Parts: sequence; structure tokens; C-alpha cells
Amino acid sequence: MPEDVGESAAGRWRRRLLDLLGRNLSVVVLALLCLISSAATWREQNPITSRSGGAVARQVLEACPAPCSVLVVARDTEADMVFARAIEEGLEGSRVRIAGRVFGQPREVRLELERLAGTGASLDAIATHRIASEWGPVRTAGVPVFSPGSYHWPTFLTARNLLNVVNQNADIAIIALGMTLVILTAGIDLSVGSLLALAGVIAAVTAQEWFGGAAASPAGLLAAMLLGVVAAALGGLLSGTMVTAFRVPPFVATLGLMMLARGLALILAVGHQRRLVGGGAEGTPEAVRVDASVFAWLGNGAVLGVPNPIVLMLVLFVAAHLLMTRTMFGRYVYAVGGNVEAARLSGVPVTAVLLAVYCLCGAFAGLAGIVDASRFEGGRPNAGELYELQVIAAVVVGGASLAGGRGRVAGTLIGAMIIAVIQNGLNIAGVASYEQKVVFGALILAAVLLDRLQPKIASRRARMTR
Amino acid sequence: MLALHRISKSYPGVDALRGVSLAVGAGEVLGLVGENGAGKSTLIRIVSGAERPDRGRIEFEGEAAAFASPADARDRGIAVIHQELSLVPQLSVRENLFLGAGWSRRGIVRRRWEEREARRLLDLLELDIDPDARCSELSLGARQAVEIAKALALEPRLLILDEPTAALSPREARALLRQVRGVACRGAAAIYISHRLEEIEAVADRVAVLRDGELVHGIDRHEPAGEGDRRLPLDRDELIEAMVGRSLSTEFPPRFPQAIGEPRLEVRGLSAGRRVRDVSFDIRRGEVLGLAGLVGAGRTEVARMISGAVASDGGEVRLDGRRLDLRSPRQAIRSGICLLPEDRRGEGLVLSRSARDNFALPNLDRFRRWRTLVDRRREGQAFSRWREQLDIRLARPGQRVATLSGGNQQKVVIARWLERGARVVLCDEPTRGIDVGARYEIYEWIRRIASEGKSVLLISSELEEVLGLSDRVLVMHEGRIRGEIPDPASADPAGVLRIAAGIDRSEEPSVA
Repeated sequence: MPEDVGESAAGRWRRRLLDLLGRNLSVVVLALLCLISSAATWREQNPITSRSGGAVARQVLEACPAPCSVLVVARDTEADMVFARAIEEGLEGSRVRIAGRVFGQPREVRLELERLAGTGASLDAIATHRIASEWGPVRTAGVPVFSPGSYHWPTFLTARNLLNVVNQNADIAIIALGMTLVILTAGIDLSVGSLLALAGVIAAVTAQEWFGGAAASPAGLLAAMLLGVVAAALGGLLSGTMVTAFRVPPFVATLGLMMLARGLALILAVGHQRRLVGGGAEGTPEAVRVDASVFAWLGNGAVLGVPNPIVLMLVLFVAAHLLMTRTMFGRYVYAVGGNVEAARLSGVPVTAVLLAVYCLCGAFAGLAGIVDASRFEGGRPNAGELYELQVIAAVVVGGASLAGGRGRVAGTLIGAMIIAVIQNGLNIAGVASYEQKVVFGALILAAVLLDRLQPKIASRRARMTR
Repeated sequence: MLALHRISKSYPGVDALRGVSLAVGAGEVLGLVGENGAGKSTLIRIVSGAERPDRGRIEFEGEAAAFASPADARDRGIAVIHQELSLVPQLSVRENLFLGAGWSRRGIVRRRWEEREARRLLDLLELDIDPDARCSELSLGARQAVEIAKALALEPRLLILDEPTAALSPREARALLRQVRGVACRGAAAIYISHRLEEIEAVADRVAVLRDGELVHGIDRHEPAGEGDRRLPLDRDELIEAMVGRSLSTEFPPRFPQAIGEPRLEVRGLSAGRRVRDVSFDIRRGEVLGLAGLVGAGRTEVARMISGAVASDGGEVRLDGRRLDLRSPRQAIRSGICLLPEDRRGEGLVLSRSARDNFALPNLDRFRRWRTLVDRRREGQAFSRWREQLDIRLARPGQRVATLSGGNQQKVVIARWLERGARVVLCDEPTRGIDVGARYEIYEWIRRIASEGKSVLLISSELEEVLGLSDRVLVMHEGRIRGEIPDPASADPAGVLRIAAGIDRSEEPSVA
């Protein structure tokens, strides 16, 4: 095709750039949002970490030419402990002696100062962090106070905040992967929020009642979790059956399952509560508590500093991406979504593909339910309410077409992150949650609008190149 | 009435129209022909207000016209009938006819008037359609006819018809052509676009041939001597030559009767309600069996049942003597029976995907690695092999199949079944909407498939095509096989048509 004939070089580059931007619009949007969030959260930073502890130690060494003694002051939080240990390690083997350590409140600093004064030992400096350096007893101690210097950096762009943002939205992102498959087949799954709750409750109830409660072994807990996921997958299989065998529109089939699964989750939770406290329990329980502490690992633990839900999300993302781009199944899903009849006449096992897609979507929702239950150390029958809408929003913002056949797993991940970043930015900026709804509503409309405009742009481009 | 002066239009990279001047007078029908991509569609879009020309002037009814939008052009009396249908399937025929603005009385539907008017319009077109039937219940041909009636309801000054008969039966097509002449007789003008040159011959006063955006022939017809005498000064071969810029020596590739062998596909007593009744035939190895008949005769249903796309009520199909259990296209494909569907875009291709993906869709099991992964290297190699052999013109393998021309799209479907190693290929209207040059290539491939010992069932509404390409032709009428033409090369088309119309019967359908 003589695509570039009669077009200036500048025009060609502009078109290529627009092409690239159009194809990766969601990435561009995400990058822009991160920039905006960073600019809006440009604040003074006073980190309490082992690195800042080391910096204080170096300050002390520089300032004290002769042998001297130092009091280390910190609060009794975990981060403070790490900070204090770094100071001590930095001073170890040097001429600086640690006169004493305080982990607590200003009152304890005063007591320690009094004790030191009582022993007659000399005190040449206090090493502490920014917050404690403002305490009365520290300022009036009459010795130089060393604390790490502050610097300016966007609060949004701190590792802690970023991990937090992703971690809090990992469950949404996980479900959105499954939802992407369903939406690619031109379907929809409204039951994911309820399946999340059902999976969590089933895992919690079975962990408590079948696998030994507080004494449950890791294998037992794993089995309980697996049961939850399998139950959610079966739920997906049920809606898949309704859609394929009985030609029920996906919206209706999954709407039914949505209520069904929510009800089941509540029934199971109430039944468990009754068995726990005897027949007289009133109302519905907030959660089915799991006593085994290992149960909380999946939701609250971390691998190499990365929270487990994020790790799980990334693993599932890579798996789903490979599934959709490299396997026959992936091709079949796109074909079924693009043109069911053409797919069927080409020998694609349409029914099996649809069943698998709904089943997978259920399983992904179940996995998210396990993460949720683990995070809260118990299955919550009311978890995941309205998640289906957030998840659909993530998929749509990620560029998938509700008409089916178009969309990518990577896009969905970015879509979920876009929503997470906006939410985080609005939270940091102090926007109320009811006000945030307006923003998200507008965001979804904008995304759908883009989806509608895209075929027009594409057809114009096609006409140009014909 | 309409005059175009040196109209040019270019899109980035393509000069779609280069200084085209045309005129259509009142009471005249202009035939517009040209290969796909010659600029016909662009010209129509400009005349109907969907696009603005880069250069040149349009005059309509004596004044300079610059249509702002299709609605603007419509208000001035220009009606366009597109290939694609614009009916609301859930509404009745009558409701569709009067769907546009301006038919009601202050927003209240004039039901009586509509009923009368609908009858009149349908009678004009000699259509046997119930005005209260839902459009979704109508056949494709009937829907196209309703579309035409809808345009005529506007009493247009200029009627533009873009391939209007593609889905019509010959009888419906003839009625349409008469109606177009009728429009011209009442003093309006018409532009008629078709691949079917015999229709152009029948309806057009003058013919304009577009090639690569230029007018290569503005052919004036002699003054009409009378209604019966409207012969064009060019014959069809010359027209084709003007369109493609080269001469097609023979319209159909040669047959190889000596290559025909044993019966391969045996169909016995195939039935589906009232649409297909007790159909039996054989196709031999290396044979192209034509299936002629009017639209709705049940030919497509036969192909769809054999290919497993729809279930049959009864009958059996044997392939190389082995009885097939045809419950799904998947099983049929596994046994080597492949379908080139009639509706290529709706049933053959996944338009949102690339040409390569569409080629690979039924063949993924041949390119797989570790049971489930797609080996993209082997897939790409296979595709480029067939792409070269079939001369599929693409910018790149990943090009979306929706952006290809009809001929290239059809070649993608053919390539997919050749890769599959099909033993029986069912071609349902394989050249519909495909331009003359690509059409001949498709013919060559159908013959070539047969010469490799495969069996071909060829369904076509173009009688010339069935007769010119097939080794043997069966004629269907109302779900039954009514006749067999053992030597289509020397058959009389009129006789075949009489059988298809249920007027004649040849010898009893013989089954070897």
C-alpha cells in the first residue's frame, strides 16, 4: 500500500506520534496522573529509616572531635527501632560512646536525663529524629541535638505510599483480570463482588470448623483457601452455563448469581456464628474470624519488602497476559468476542471457551476473596460490595471494548492503577469519598467516550490508507 | 440535473479521485462501474454530502451545491441506497418505511395513510411482502427491497444505488431495475453502481467507467429508439477491459474433466423443515459441483448443514464412505469439510483481528507447542507462504482484516482452509462484492483446488458463474433438487433459469 506517498516528513512523524499515543493512551494517562499526584504532594520529608539513622551517626562523628557520649532518643515504634539501631551501628567501634537509649515518650527522656545526671556521667549530644528533636526535654537538655536533615520530595512518590496504593487495590486488579476475559467475549460479570465474599467466608468457615481453627496446619489453611476459590469458580461455571446452554444474557445470569452468592455468604456466616455462640445469636456477623495466625500471611505478609497481594497480583497478571497472547485459548477468546458466528464456523469450541472464561473470572474473584479474608483475618460476608462496578470501570478505563473482541490484559492492569492513583491522589488532597464519586463517574464516561470514538478514528485511518 | 466539474479528492497517500467530470440529466440512468478501489464509493460520498471534494464544483438542478451533510443532500432530494442495510430489525416493514422525519402529522402517526402508502410502494416494486412483518423475519433480499422502497417513498430527484442487487433474487433484481427505469421516466435521475454488468446493460442510458480515480470512459448511449431498445454501444468484454485496463481472454479458467475421480462426499435425503427437502447428491474427487437456484431455494441451508453450522432434520452425509456425525462446524472441519460462508464479514472473519489471526484461527492446533502455546514463528511462516501463493495484498501480516478489500478478505478465508488441508470446500457466493480482477483469481483457485483432487460445492446466484466454473450443476427450487445439468459449458442459461423458477423440470435428479 502506498501509505506514505505525498505526505510531508513532518506530517508523517506527527501521524506516527499520534498513532503511538493513541495506542498507548492509558499509559500516557497514568504517567500524567502520577506527575500530577507528585506535584500536588510535594512536601517536606522526614523519613525515619535505617538510612536516616546512618546519616545521624555520620553527623555525630563529624561534630565530635574528641571521645564523647551520646544519648539515642526514639519512640517505641518499629520504624523508630530500626532508625535507632542504624545510629548505633554507625557509631559502633568509634570514639563515640552510647550513654543511653530511650524508646518512648518525652517523659521517659526526662527520666533518663535525670538518671544520667544522677550517675554523674557526662553527656555531649543527643541523636534523634525530627519529631523527637521537638520534644521539651530534648530541647532543654543543654547539649547539641543531632537529627537527620529534611528534604523535599512528593509524598506520593515514596516507596511506602506507592506500595500502599497498589496493595490496597490489588484485589480489584486481580478481579479485573478475570473480568477482562469476560468483557472480551462481549459479556459482563456482576457477581464478582459477591463471589469474593463467598470465597472468603467459605475459606474462613472451613478453616475454623473443618481444619482445626486455631490449631489449623498451614496445609489445612491452604485447603480451606482452595475450597473458597473452587466455590467461586463453580459460581462462575454456573453463570457460564446459563449464558451458553440457556442463552441467558450475561447481565441477567450474573445478576442472579450476584444475589445468590451474597445470600449464601451471609447464610454461612450466620450459621457459623450460631454454632459458635449457640442458637441465640442476633443479627449478621461482621466477619467469620480465623484464629490461626498463619491465615493472615497472604494478606499482610511480604516477600522481599513487597506485600504479598502485590506479588500475587503480578504473578496472576503475567499468567493472564501469557494466556491471552500466547495460547490457543487466548486467540479463541478474542475470536469469540470479535465475531461469535465466524469463530463458530471456524471451528472454535465457543461453548467451552465461554464456560472457561466465566469459570476463570469466578476463580479470580475467589482469589481476591482469599486475599481479602486473609488481610482482615476473617471472611467478611459483606466484603466486595459494589466491587463489580469498580472492576468494570478498571477494565473499561484500561481500553477494553464492552462490545467485545478488543482489549488487553496489560491495559486492564493500567486501568486499575489509574483508578488507584486517582483515588490515592484525591485522598492525599483531602477530597471526601462522596466527592470522589463524581470524579470516578466522569472518568468512566470519558473512557467509554474514547471507546466509542476509537472505531471512527480507526475507520478514518483505514479509509485513508485504502 | 447533476453535474460534477473536475472533482478531485485525495486522502493521505491516495488520490481517490482525479479531476472527474460527470453529468446526469433528468430522466437518465447513469451506470457507474469500476473495480473496487477505483473511486466509486468516494464519488458517491461526495455527491451524497458525506465528504467534501478537495477541488472541483458540484451543480445540482442548475445551482452550485455544497452539501453540508448527508441529511442536507437528502433534503435536496438525493437518496442513496447503500449495500449495508439501515433497517431497524425489531420494527415492522411499514414502520421502517416511514421512520424518517416528516411523515407524521404533528408527531402523531398517520396509520391509515401509512398502510395505504406502504402497499402502494411495495406494489410498485412488485414485492410480495407483508407490511406488518417484522424486518428481522425477512430474508436478506426482501430487506434490501424494503430499503429501496424506503428511498422511493421520498420521491427523490436523484437516486443513487450502490450495489443494490447483491442480495436479491433475479426476480427481485429485475423488478428493481424496472423501478429504476420508472424513476427515470418520472423525470428523476439515477446513478446505478453494480458489479453485474448485465444489469448495467439493462438499466443504464450511459456508462461511466472509473479506474484509479480517473474517468476512463464516459460512454454515451445512442438516443433511445424506444423502451425496448436500450443497447449500449460497448459490449461487456469491452467494459471489463476498460475497468481493469487489461483484457481478460476467457472469463473462466479451463476445466479438467479427466481429473474427476471417485465420489467423495455423498449426501442422502438431507432435510430441514420446509427449506430443504430430501436433498441427495454426490460430489466426486476433483469435481466442482454447482448449485444453482433462486435466493431462498435452500442452497445455503444445504451448505450450512453439511458444514455442521446448522442441524439437519434428517438424512446422512458420507465422506469417503465414512458416515459423518455433523453436530458442529468443529467436527466438520476436523473431517475436512470447510465452508466459505456467504456473508464473509459477518460469518467468515473476525474483523477486529489481523489477517494472520484470521488465517490461523481454525489452524491453531497445527501451530501449537506444548499442547497449548501458539508457535508464532510457524504461524507466520505458514501465513506468508499462502499469502505469496494466493497473492494476498497486505501492508503487513498484522494488518486488520477489516481494512482489506473484499477479494483479499476472501483469499484469507481460502488460505485458511487450504492450510487446513480441506477435502471438501463449500463455496457459498464466493465472489459476492468482489471486483472483476480478484474475481478471476478466485475462479482460478476454485479450479485449482479441484485439480488437486478436492471436491468443491459452488453456490452462486450468478448463473454465468455456476455454469462457467462447474463440472456439473444441480438446480434447486423450493428446497428440492429439480434438475441436473451434466454439461454446463453448453447449457442454455434460460433453460436453467426456468428450472430454478419452477417452470420446467429436467430429467429426474440422478444420483450416481
